[in-house]
Amino acid sequence: MIDVKNLTKKFKDFIAVDSISFSVKEGEIFAFLGPNGAGKSTTIKMLTTLLRPTSGDILINGHDPTKEQNEARCSFGIVFQDPSLDDELTAFENMEFHGILYEVPKEIRSKRIEQLLKFVELWDRKDDFVKNFSGGMKRRLEVARGLIHHPKILFLDEPTLGLDPQTRNHIWTYIKGLNQEEKMTVFFTTHYMEEAEKVASRIAIIDHGKIIAVGTPEELRQKTNTHSLEEAFLALTGTTIRAEQAGNIDNLRRMRRVH
Amino acid sequence: MNTIYILWLRQLKRYFRSKSRIIGSLGQPLLFLVALGFGFGPVFQKAGGGNYIDFLVPGVISMGIIFTALFSGIEIIWDRQFGFLKETLVAPTSRLEIMIGRTLGGATVASLQGIIILVLSFLVGFRLDNMMLLPLALVFIFLIALLFTALGTAIASVLEDMQGFQLIMNFLVMPLFFLSGALFPLEGLPPFLEVIARADPLSYGVDGLRGALANNAHFGLGPDFLILSVITVVFLLIGSYLFSKIQI
Repeated sequence: MIDVKNLTKKFKDFIAVDSISFSVKEGEIFAFLGPNGAGKSTTIKMLTTLLRPTSGDILINGHDPTKEQNEARCSFGIVFQDPSLDDELTAFENMEFHGILYEVPKEIRSKRIEQLLKFVELWDRKDDFVKNFSGGMKRRLEVARGLIHHPKILFLDEPTLGLDPQTRNHIWTYIKGLNQEEKMTVFFTTHYMEEAEKVASRIAIIDHGKIIAVGTPEELRQKTNTHSLEEAFLALTGTTIRAEQAGNIDNLRRMRRVH
Repeated sequence: MNTIYILWLRQLKRYFRSKSRIIGSLGQPLLFLVALGFGFGPVFQKAGGGNYIDFLVPGVISMGIIFTALFSGIEIIWDRQFGFLKETLVAPTSRLEIMIGRTLGGATVASLQGIIILVLSFLVGFRLDNMMLLPLALVFIFLIALLFTALGTAIASVLEDMQGFQLIMNFLVMPLFFLSGALFPLEGLPPFLEVIARADPLSYGVDGLRGALANNAHFGLGPDFLILSVITVVFLLIGSYLFSKIQI
């Protein structure tokens, strides 16, 4: 379903992703783990047509995202790591916008929007502007929005960041359901190791732009002679804290300070 | 088709919901209308130019349009920084449709702004020369709006953040406006200024609008319409091209 060969992305003289190769089979739940700044989001951006690779090949559902962008885009859905909602629209309008953009037929669209908003417990707030929502509510809305159309591949970039355990559990149950009923392939990143251990069928660990291990949670534990994925992860990537580049929101904050 | 509609609708909703933006962007044109209109009126009249308010209104309408239009285009930068642009860019629709929807939305908003200024100008004594030409005036209003929204889109596709915004205002928008013949007649200008005014796309917009509203076109309505349409198409093409190249 996803095939990546020698994928590389350079920003000037910094190599964000360094010749990585992996493949994800149809119906798999694949976790892509790594410390901050390891190259996870850059990889996802390249897989989802937002960024052009410096070199290497990608196939998304048989399509090359650099050449057949539209075909590739038809195959996936994505929940981004950083916010991507329109604050000036209501929760319902954000959902509706997404549904129309993804050409979900009207009856299915209204049914799913209602179902998903109820699911993330935002149905009674559906006509409120997103700018009045808390961080957790925005996150829930964002996840719900990513599930309106049922894509072949679902990318989730830290979908459960900042959510409480109840909501996380709730959301994963839903995604696993979709994975089983519709054979939806799921590709996700997370910093919650127990989450990856619980839901992922296979895991890749990336560090400094390189994939350093791939396997089932069981295999990774055995390989490192540890008892949990968290220990395995630390054994593989070390314990130093990573420097990270400023993201969009950080840039905005900085600008606000300057002016 | 649906994509274009929903993107157009989004621009309109955002416009009607920010009342402060509507009122804020009316302030400057109205100030120009009152201060320049009444201030220079007597001199203009003495020089044999006729009623300055009638002359000025099309220019001030254009002013309101280009500011709103460019800003609508430039909103892409905000969408990029607040992340919403990603959401539209990964959707399985062509970037051309996205660009068209946004641009039509921005152009509609800017046209509304122009129409509001036209209505307000009746309060300071402006009168239409020929009611029959009003639809033509609306066509010019929309063309100007479309042209400058496309220009804004093109600029915003290249800029990463709002840092360059001030630069654009001072070195692009202001010269485009002041050198377009919005405030002064194009007859008898020093040659260098005439060359500049002829190269400024807004000149044809202002002139066409002036022809339709006050029966006072310098180049003639036909040439104005033709030149403005061609430039608008060119800008739409450039805007679409640059928009299709956006990376995040």
